[in-house]
Amino acid sequence: MNVLSVDTVSRWYGNVVAVNDVTMTIGPGITGLLGPNGAGKSTLISMLGGFLAPSAGTVTLDGVTVWKNPEIYRTIGLVPEREASYDFLTGWQFVLANAELHGLPDPGAAAKRALATVEMEFAQGRKVGEYSKGMRQRVKMASALVHDPAVLLLDEPFNGMDPRQRLHLMDLLRQMGAAGRTVLFSSHILEEVEQLAQQIEVMVAGRHAASGDFREIRRLMIDRPHQYVIRSSDDRALASALIADGSTAGVQLTDDVLSVEAVSFLRFTELLPRVARAAGIRLYEVSPTDESLESVFSYLVKS
Amino acid sequence: MNGTVVRLTYRALLGGRRAWLLLAMSVLLLAMAVLLRLTVGVDHQVTADFLGAVAVAALVPLFGLIVGTGVIGPEIDDGSVVYLLSKPISRPRIILSKFAVAATGTVLFAAVPTFVAGLVMSGTAGRIALGFGVAALVASIAYSAIFLLLAVVTRHAVVYGLAYALIWEGLLGSFVPGARTLSVQQWSLSLTEAIATRDLVSSDVRLAVAGVLLAVVIVGATWYAGQRLRVLSLAGEE
Repeated sequence: MNVLSVDTVSRWYGNVVAVNDVTMTIGPGITGLLGPNGAGKSTLISMLGGFLAPSAGTVTLDGVTVWKNPEIYRTIGLVPEREASYDFLTGWQFVLANAELHGLPDPGAAAKRALATVEMEFAQGRKVGEYSKGMRQRVKMASALVHDPAVLLLDEPFNGMDPRQRLHLMDLLRQMGAAGRTVLFSSHILEEVEQLAQQIEVMVAGRHAASGDFREIRRLMIDRPHQYVIRSSDDRALASALIADGSTAGVQLTDDVLSVEAVSFLRFTELLPRVARAAGIRLYEVSPTDESLESVFSYLVKS
Repeated sequence: MNGTVVRLTYRALLGGRRAWLLLAMSVLLLAMAVLLRLTVGVDHQVTADFLGAVAVAALVPLFGLIVGTGVIGPEIDDGSVVYLLSKPISRPRIILSKFAVAATGTVLFAAVPTFVAGLVMSGTAGRIALGFGVAALVASIAYSAIFLLLAVVTRHAVVYGLAYALIWEGLLGSFVPGARTLSVQQWSLSLTEAIATRDLVSSDVRLAVAGVLLAVVIVGATWYAGQRLRVLSLAGEE
């Protein structure tokens, strides 16, 4: 079990829609929530964690409503994105307090185990306020693991981590996923999600844009018609050279603008400069026009 | 109540510079009382005026505001309250724990010094010290409840709290008599009036009415704060 269900959920703030009619099911294993900043990932995770009421739709854990139900925290562990914690406590005191708040029978043993899991025993006597960002992230993780939750929600857990810490956390999450826990983490970096998640849910501009394993997602993002607007030294000659190749589905020449529809992203990106060079044409501007695609495209390129 | 919530709240409240600031103000009140006693001698009317104006009208609401909002406001502001809320503890129980800390804190820093200042200035004569001490005690509890609620409801609790304490109770109360019947200060002074044997204080509110209103405010504010914490939204940083 341990299945989180998001059913036709929307969340808006005044006139701004942060999450728009999203339906997804998150089961055991590692799920990555991928999307550019501002896509509504954090809002969705807040709703999954019971810290925000959906404006419409329902969020349930094994069929039980999450909102206004503190009992879910016996099953859910939460790693918030925000840095703030109880800076005046030592790492040990902080994790111990979390164990006590869960009402665990042996909070000391639980805190010890959680700190060992994230390999933070060496710094457990220091104040949380003195920790580096990566150490804070790990102690936050320990506080979320202290009650051995079946479901773990992590909001941008890799933010600010150095590569070694990143690998360590990835290992940890993999172990948890392999143990049959439901792990959901958000990220705006495709590579991170690809390396870790068996299942990827993509959000773009509040919408659930795609869902599948990383091969499917890559294919969806890359191999579908892309619209480009091109300005060059000789649009007409370029148009005729491009249409000769199979990766171009269509070209349109209006006024001074050349619009191209490409079928295969990879082939087209390789084709265009080669064709232009062969024909001695100088490219001034190549820009994708489909707006939602552009946002997908831009972070694909950035990552 | 939850012991861990109480302990964390105490440490957050008294750990920083705030505790020293509060302590300094309490000591200042006592120092002023000693100074008045030495310069004016024992004058019960001076005692009543001083405790009424400085302790009950200023110190107690101010401390109630600082401590009442301080037990939860900063945590909500910086988001660290998520560590309390993501636990299988009912939210009203968290509020009750916070309220207990706020009330005892305000009583310790504001009501106890008020009582001691009364003793310094008038001894036990006419139960003046006791009257003001009890008024400060009850007002401390009421302000803690009100300002705790305010901190849960709004991120600008200190501003609204100051507006209430200064404008409503202070200014408006002195010009608009009706405003006084809805004032924690007047309710608590009715206790002083009832306890002190000398006729030095007059409240605009009858004792029975004041008692009921105080109870309603303390219980009502704490209950409602618990309900509001149940639906507190904590969104991410997007």
